[in-house]
Amino acid sequence: MIQIDSVNYTYQQGPPVFEGFNWFVDRGDAWVILGPSGCGKTTLLYLVAGIITPQSGIIEIDGQALTRPRPQSGLILQDYGLLPWATVKQNAELGLRVRTFYGPDGKHAPSNNQDSPDVDHWLGRLGLTTQADKYPGQLSGGQRQRTAIARTLVLNPDLLLMDEPFSSLDAPTRESLQLLTLELVSEKKITLILVTHSIEEAAFVGKKILLLKKPPNKKAVIIDNFSSGTEDYRDSDEYRQLCRELRNRMDEI
Amino acid sequence: MKIQKRHLLLAILALIAIWQLFSWIINRPILPSPIVVGQVFIEELQAGLIDHFLASLWRVLASTALAILIAAPLGLILGQSKRLNRVISPVIYLVYPIPKVVLVPIILLILGVGDLPKIAIIFLILFFQILVLVRDQAASLRPELIQSVRSIGAGRRALFRFVYIPASLPAVLTALRQSIGTAVAVLYIAELFATQQGLGYYIYLNGSTLFNYPAMYAGVVAMSILGFGLYFSVDWLESRFCNWQFVT
Repeated sequence: MIQIDSVNYTYQQGPPVFEGFNWFVDRGDAWVILGPSGCGKTTLLYLVAGIITPQSGIIEIDGQALTRPRPQSGLILQDYGLLPWATVKQNAELGLRVRTFYGPDGKHAPSNNQDSPDVDHWLGRLGLTTQADKYPGQLSGGQRQRTAIARTLVLNPDLLLMDEPFSSLDAPTRESLQLLTLELVSEKKITLILVTHSIEEAAFVGKKILLLKKPPNKKAVIIDNFSSGTEDYRDSDEYRQLCRELRNRMDEI
Repeated sequence: MKIQKRHLLLAILALIAIWQLFSWIINRPILPSPIVVGQVFIEELQAGLIDHFLASLWRVLASTALAILIAAPLGLILGQSKRLNRVISPVIYLVYPIPKVVLVPIILLILGVGDLPKIAIIFLILFFQILVLVRDQAASLRPELIQSVRSIGAGRRALFRFVYIPASLPAVLTALRQSIGTAVAVLYIAELFATQQGLGYYIYLNGSTLFNYPAMYAGVVAMSILGFGLYFSVDWLESRFCNWQFVT
């Protein structure tokens, strides 16, 4: 689904973050990009999101070269992504309103726009029905992130990009949202790319883990983790062993 | 803060009572009783006071609209562009604290008679207030917010509609609330010169030329109504559109 071909990306200062980097993401996979801070995880996510463009190389999604944010991709950031002056429901509707604002032009909204405005369904699915009229300032961190997820899922994305979405949440909330995300993603057959610096999160969420190191990143280091994704995976020996392995490999680099 | 209608009514009655009390104590034509003024106010409304009121109202509204239309977008641009702000900010910093009322004679000299100089002077007062507050509000918009709204498909026009305009509205209203009193005061000064229309002219004419004190007070009442009306309108707009700021 996503094809990254010999991509180079450098910020104005510092060494290149990516140098001749290749990566391939298959449709429906659940990926986690793991690495220490400053390794270029967020850069890679923004490249796939089309928010920034590489100096050279090609990024294709579904065979289409990426030049700008793609309406079928959903992006969820750590925090601050909600409009503070809009209620939960209005925030969840924002994407739909933006699409109506432009019409199905293929640029800001898919040209075959078939949205069914089932905002209430998604608010219910994410347990936000009773919060629908509250403002983000009145919500807990977990509720805010669930609102952001609802806003994205309302738009029927085929690709979900998440940048440290659960980092600021407490452990129980974080774990339940990780599970919920995996459920929703497999239910709607969405491709997931989640960026994190947490080894435990990577081991639990990622069916495939892309390990980034200190820049420049030249070769994609990929670790398979196909048995992940169920609630009791967290208690398995396999999970613990993977965490240990990831920790060792992160120390190496 | 929410003020109850009942309390507001009581406050008005108390003010009228105090006025009445003072007019009994002083007992001179310079302070007629509120009852006399009330009667004259109604008579004068039909005899032309309403036209003066409308002339003043028009000047305030026109300058407010102009100030919002020019200062709010400028504030947004400055707040979002660090580089531009670094260049322009020192200028604003220097000009902002100058009391704009001192410019009245100069503006009258340059712009001459008619509505334009009056509108220009109020515009100047509101302009800087709105510019500074909108700029600060726009600067506090997190890049994450812009990025995530962009990611759900918003281009420049949608960003304006769904992010920038709602984000700057509270700043515009706060600026208006802070400066509407000053604006009306300066309007009075500006209307003393080169015009025969407006409440400033009307008050000055009746007070200092015709010595018609009840009519002068009728003008003062009209000017107070103008100020209150504007203030309450801003209040209402704030509670209507910006109530997210007051919830906890």
